[in-house]
Amino acid sequence: MKKIFLYSSLVAIAAISLMACSKQINEVNMSYPAIDPVRTDANAGTWKPLLLTSPSEFTCPAPIATASPDYVLQLNEIKSFQDDITSEEKALVKYWGAGAVLRWNEIMRELVAKHNIPPYQNPDGTYPIPSAANPLAYPTFPFANPPYAARAYAYLSAAQYDACIAGYHYKSVYNRSAPFKVDTLIRTLLPKSSLPSYPSEDAVVMGASVELLKLLFPGDQDYIDQRAAEHKRARLISGANVRSDLDAGENLGKAVAAKFVARARGDRAGAAVGNPAIWAQTEADCVARGEIPWISQETPKRPGMLPLFGKVRAWLFDSATMVNAVRPGPPPLTGSQEFKTELEEIYRYSKNLSSSQRAIAHFWADGLNTYTPPGHWNYIAANDFALLNFSEARWARNMALLNISLMDAGIACWDAKYFYYNPRPSHMDSRIKTVTGLPNFPSYISGHSTFSGAAATVLAYIVPSKAADYMAMAKDASLSRMYGAIHYRSDCDKGLETGYKVGNYAVTKGHLDGAE
Amino acid sequence: MIPLLLLLSAQQQVQAQTDIDGLFMEKNFFCIGPTIGQSSWKEYWEGTNKRENLNLGRVRTTTAMVMGNYGVTDKLNILFGVPYVKTKAGAGQLAGQKGFQDLSFFIKWIAAEKHIGKGHLKGILIGGVSTPLSDYTPDMLPTSIGLKSKTAMLRLMADYQAGNWFGTLSGTYNFRSNVELDRNTYYTTQMHYTNEVRMPDASYINLRAGYRSTTWILEAFADQWKTLGGYDITKNNMPFISNKMNATRVGVHIKYETDFINGLSFVADAGTTVAGRNVGKSTNYGGGIFYIMDFSKKKKTDKSSK
Repeated sequence: MKKIFLYSSLVAIAAISLMACSKQINEVNMSYPAIDPVRTDANAGTWKPLLLTSPSEFTCPAPIATASPDYVLQLNEIKSFQDDITSEEKALVKYWGAGAVLRWNEIMRELVAKHNIPPYQNPDGTYPIPSAANPLAYPTFPFANPPYAARAYAYLSAAQYDACIAGYHYKSVYNRSAPFKVDTLIRTLLPKSSLPSYPSEDAVVMGASVELLKLLFPGDQDYIDQRAAEHKRARLISGANVRSDLDAGENLGKAVAAKFVARARGDRAGAAVGNPAIWAQTEADCVARGEIPWISQETPKRPGMLPLFGKVRAWLFDSATMVNAVRPGPPPLTGSQEFKTELEEIYRYSKNLSSSQRAIAHFWADGLNTYTPPGHWNYIAANDFALLNFSEARWARNMALLNISLMDAGIACWDAKYFYYNPRPSHMDSRIKTVTGLPNFPSYISGHSTFSGAAATVLAYIVPSKAADYMAMAKDASLSRMYGAIHYRSDCDKGLETGYKVGNYAVTKGHLDGAE
Repeated sequence: MIPLLLLLSAQQQVQAQTDIDGLFMEKNFFCIGPTIGQSSWKEYWEGTNKRENLNLGRVRTTTAMVMGNYGVTDKLNILFGVPYVKTKAGAGQLAGQKGFQDLSFFIKWIAAEKHIGKGHLKGILIGGVSTPLSDYTPDMLPTSIGLKSKTAMLRLMADYQAGNWFGTLSGTYNFRSNVELDRNTYYTTQMHYTNEVRMPDASYINLRAGYRSTTWILEAFADQWKTLGGYDITKNNMPFISNKMNATRVGVHIKYETDFINGLSFVADAGTTVAGRNVGKSTNYGGGIFYIMDFSKKKKTDKSSK
């Protein structure tokens, strides 16, 4: 008996100690390699910008000479950092060395996830609307739901791209060498770039990102400033830039960003919440067509999410093109046999879901408190791009194509949702309970499907060797909404189709931007 | 068994000889039986803020369980539990879940005994492990049936009985393994790019006292579960497995050993959560039937007569 006890105790102790020390988690984004481009893209200043009228629309003053006393002081600043470098500073250099576009995209994903929580109701059963003018008061601004997030990623990436074009343009114009070339005593903790270092491409991206992030997440300014300061410090410590490279880049990035901030203020997203009259009218229009309208299944009933987001100004097409060429045809009529068949299919999923189907539903759910489906596709892109040795400019260009397509996919999807105003499966069949959170907006077409169709199309263009994988992922993301019992098959199929269309507009743009 | 699971639904417990009392099976006796219980809550603590959620209504958790306890010696028992759990939200659209939850296994040992005054004091050492029995998802709280963490626990217990009156105090440290989700990123107080969630460990204190004879056990208990780490649910967010879930509960437990069938006993429990953080303000009740079998060689012939 003593033996049994002894052995059991040993097993228990072994199990406990094993568990105690195996809690270390290695997160994927902490091991991205340093940016070390195969093609330097030194000509990126000639690529076609999205909003800038020319790469020199905003000026960047001529740099001081590398022989000047001021420049020598700046070299000494780097040396003083490098003389007593700490392990924390080395980690900082490694982290930011993976790329400015990548890291600022990640920062936005984090802020989206943080703010992707719907406001709690008022005592009278209405819901408060977050205010950009008072972002820290409850409900905090923004509610970073999928359309808001799609738009946020698009503005960030678009501004980063145009800022890179301007930055690379001035690099060619001024051709000032990097500090480690001027002074061989400067060590480089990152792969040596052959590009001129003035203005810093990291700093143009940072400057543009800071401005857009502050517009979109005004309550997080301190955090954003702190990350920007950290980024600059990492560049100095790394020996890749002197302070004037960074200051010039940051200023240029901010100037370019102002153009995007102005566009954002006028793109009609601010009015996308609508008002009670518009909400009632949308429902009445649907009833007038003889259809059963969508209703909120939340308690208390919450107004549908951003009913006028379909009216937001797109990047890839005008509103007439969207209505005539992008908007899908109508869904099966709610009284039709086809509709009944589709509803029955979702009921079956809600009753009987395999564990692999359930895993797919949860993998792609990207609901509350996550970076949303557009964020998921940003993560997929970032993970793949990190291994492809893109230049900073190419990162920016590829993320811009991806994210303007995602925003436009959101616009097209929301247009269809509120144009058709189709009810959800759980509304039409009360036996249906959902495996994932039920979104509070009309069913047709599926947002996940539209976003994923667009993203997969753009990524397949950028990384052709993985085209089939991206298409399979989009299909899974689309199906996940049927497994979750929140969408009909038509929503998913037409969503993907619409997404492909939007994606192809972005691919066409890619063919013409001079970066191929 | 209590400390292994404490969701928003704060699992009920139904006890016979369990990992939480000072009772032991005699050598070669085996006690086994089914229990069933239900716990439910309508209000829950979102951080420290008590609220309702009209899109969940009353959340119910029903647990059916088989528990066993074998006397290796008079001073060393091994115990196990196999629970089947079903959850259901009374309002809203979210589907309930069901399935086998976590298998638990304990070793319980009287490390020291002493007569003090009119009574008898036992120092008991308990070690336990648990592991999920099915591939349920822990990522749909509050309707998930468990937290999916593999756990190990170490418990020190003092049990004092004088005449028919007793008191038992125990303190437990629960080690909890990381949990893997179906998704590859998640947000706590920051973004995480991994499917693995670091689970904070937890402590548990249990005090129980009452009347204990060969026929009846009538006792009241108070206990407190504390998550050592974790974070609060943000306003109007859904709960997450690594939240700081704390709960203080009180309850009663009754056991009746029948005289008409030797070895047959009935148990009943009820309890309620009086304070908490990131858990449901749950009330639970349940009952069970246990039967004691005698595997000792000397009495083998008697067994059928029991």
